[in-house]
Amino acid sequence: MPMPVYTLHINGETRTAEVPGGTSLLWVIREHLGLMGTKYGCGIAQCGACTLHVDGDPVRACVLSVEQASKGQKIVTIEGLSTDGRHPVQKAWIEAQAPQCGYCQSGQIMQAVALLQTTPHPTRDEIKRYMNGNLCRCGTYLRILEAIEIASGRMDTQSGSS
Amino acid sequence: MKPLQKPLARRQFLKTSGGVALFIGVSGILPQLWSCSDKRAVEKEVLKHRLTAWVQLTGDGRVIIYNPAAEMGQGSMTSLPVIFAEEMDADWDRVEVVFSPQVATIYGSDGWSTERKVMLSAGSRITSGYFNSMRKAGAQARYIMRHSAATHWDVPLSEVTTAPGRVLHPQSGRSLSFAQMVPLLQLPEALPEVADSDLKSPEDFRLIGKVVPRTDIPSKVDGSARFAIDLQLPGMRYAVLERGAMHGASPTLENREAILAMEGVLKVVLLEHAVGVLATRLEQALEAKKAMKISWAPSMANGFNSQDTFKEYEVMAGNPQAGRVLVETGNFKAAMGSAAKTYSADFLNDYVYHAQMEPLNAVVQVAEDLLSARVWVGSQQGFDEKLGVPQLLGIAPENVTIELQYLGGGFGRRSMTDFVTECAGMAREVPGTPVKLLWTREDDIRYGAFRPLSLQRLQACTDTHGKLTGFSHCIVGDGGNLVASGIRNEHYDIPNQFAEWREATHGIRLKHWRSVGHGPNKFAIECMIDEIAAGEGRDPVDFRRQLMAISPRALATLEKAAEMARWGGAVPDGRARGVAFLERSGTLSTGICEISVDRASGLIRVHRFWNALDAGIVVQPDNVKAQMEGGILMGISSVLKEQVTIEGGKVQQSNFNDYPILRMQEVPESVETALIASGEPPQGVGESGTPLVAGAIANAFFSLTGKRLRHLPFTPARVLEALKS
Repeated sequence: MPMPVYTLHINGETRTAEVPGGTSLLWVIREHLGLMGTKYGCGIAQCGACTLHVDGDPVRACVLSVEQASKGQKIVTIEGLSTDGRHPVQKAWIEAQAPQCGYCQSGQIMQAVALLQTTPHPTRDEIKRYMNGNLCRCGTYLRILEAIEIASGRMDTQSGSS
Repeated sequence: MKPLQKPLARRQFLKTSGGVALFIGVSGILPQLWSCSDKRAVEKEVLKHRLTAWVQLTGDGRVIIYNPAAEMGQGSMTSLPVIFAEEMDADWDRVEVVFSPQVATIYGSDGWSTERKVMLSAGSRITSGYFNSMRKAGAQARYIMRHSAATHWDVPLSEVTTAPGRVLHPQSGRSLSFAQMVPLLQLPEALPEVADSDLKSPEDFRLIGKVVPRTDIPSKVDGSARFAIDLQLPGMRYAVLERGAMHGASPTLENREAILAMEGVLKVVLLEHAVGVLATRLEQALEAKKAMKISWAPSMANGFNSQDTFKEYEVMAGNPQAGRVLVETGNFKAAMGSAAKTYSADFLNDYVYHAQMEPLNAVVQVAEDLLSARVWVGSQQGFDEKLGVPQLLGIAPENVTIELQYLGGGFGRRSMTDFVTECAGMAREVPGTPVKLLWTREDDIRYGAFRPLSLQRLQACTDTHGKLTGFSHCIVGDGGNLVASGIRNEHYDIPNQFAEWREATHGIRLKHWRSVGHGPNKFAIECMIDEIAAGEGRDPVDFRRQLMAISPRALATLEKAAEMARWGGAVPDGRARGVAFLERSGTLSTGICEISVDRASGLIRVHRFWNALDAGIVVQPDNVKAQMEGGILMGISSVLKEQVTIEGGKVQQSNFNDYPILRMQEVPESVETALIASGEPPQGVGESGTPLVAGAIANAFFSLTGKRLRHLPFTPARVLEALKS
């Protein structure tokens, strides 16, 4: 049985994937396209480890099917956020020494970038509310908060992610 | 440094009487930390790596240091190399860190066993276990740099010194960088033994105790950090297993033919505890798993109801026959007999799950001839350095190569090897083909290995002066040391102590969970101390102050934490504070928290947390603070929210929707940590924060409401029940 071919616009490139319809976008970008920065954590949009941007909005890739994501939208993953890991949010993350095990951090960073793109100077409560869907078992939340506050206001001069 | 007697040839493996050996290669150094009985093993390793076991110098000036420990967020990828680089006098900006091979005879720590070296990242023992050896190996490397330069310049060794990344001869003003030294390196005629007096004096440290950014963090913010789950190998196939929700149950697959006929399915493999499927693509394997129709032969866990078992435990605790005695000092019974006042309370805790963010997984490739295997895995390693794979495959351990990857969280779960041997078993079905085994989150919870449920019965007594004279602690539960760790009270002046464990068994899988038995036991102990203080009309900090008279280091943490929190000062309306103290992995720490309670919903909120710790010499102060912050947040999560329940032998939870963990909106306003300066050897830190939390919260709750919380977790329902009591 021939499988359908889906076309995805990811990180400025056009990629195709031959997978059964209904396959989660997460498996497609990880196991088919090899973009491993986006992580699998729960598969039911509860942890946020697979957060990426679809037309600038933070989305949980695990609950998006490949066909939903191949309608011409622009997808950006952690690998597409900057060419050299020097996005202001990434730099702030290093400054705050935020990650521990690091597994959830791609998703945290993608969620934080989306926040700062729409709200460049969020309050602490706004940050907490916006980041509430991203779990971190190592308990790095306080440093994530600090990193977002460091990055807040530094976004104006950078090129943006999507 | 004292010269050894035996002259040594270039490129020869060396072994000193002190047990520190070095190997010098064509363009580098191989210091080996401890004596190795099998020289050939070292030589083989040297050939494989060209140069070195612990450090490699490159012609362009990089200093590549091998880290023998797992990196699960605790910072070993930085702390151990920092120790080595400090003594080698390496320029930290030129240091790169890679995982060492998984060969315990060379890279193991002697901190676990007197018999042999072990590679195991658990029990917060990495820094303490490797500290001295890493220093000595680094000092050996520095000695060789100096010796080689002295020979090259033809000057006395005593005139040659080092600066970061350079060898100097101050008298002539000559100097060479480590990179320039590479072609000049040679072994001394006699290898020095490093005495403690040859090591840097702590006041000369420029890396240890300073803020050194973690080496693994840049790759963890750009998505390039590689976890085992990220492995992609040519021709790789995927494996998933259906294990059911009853631990130990045996499956019979009812629709094998239908599963085999599914798109992409290559093999169906029947295991004792699961049915495995191998498929070309991951999504095909997952579809096949979903379609399996399995009947399960029940196991020992059949019929077990976790929440009913506390009643049995109560009966067991009341049995006059003592269990296994763990502590007996003085005479507790006599103290009770002559007591002015006695205290008694039961403390309960439910099962908790590790919830490491990266679900379990591994990649294994078994050779076509079935005689060797490669394993890519995020593992906390183990007493079996090859993680059970040689035994499973029936091959020699040296034919199994373990390629350690970053761990997306460990917390004790990844010191088990069930997921590694499962993967090897699946890979054996397709020799020559690499196989990635993935546990879904549902698999990870349902077939988890939990911190045991237990009951603690505590009794205590005071004399007519209000002095605590007797303390008894009876644990009922499954898992031996999993429930017994943390039962000692060595820093409290209590003359008569008794502790025992009474075993129960239910067939539920159990495992070390960050801080092990310390979580439930320190909860019970610190609450009991608080109850006694209240009963004697004493302030909880003041009461502990008196108990800690025998332990000045413990007392210093209490005083510091009390000072940070301004204990006794004003507390915002509607809030109260509680204190807890503990020793874990040699570190002493006191924590104070400030909470409030929503009396309508039963929701407890932690607003602030202060802690002070004495962990001996601190290698990475900022990282220690990060460990305390994370440990305390994980503690808050487990204490307020986390609960695995078992009904009819089946685990009831399956994902983060029904096993919630702490989220961003629930974090305290601040977690403040003070490190007490110390010149004592480093102690373990990673597990010092988590077990402080339960006691501190419960004691704050009493201060706020006059009610006691004695059953973990403090869910809103239990809080409301306590408020009504």
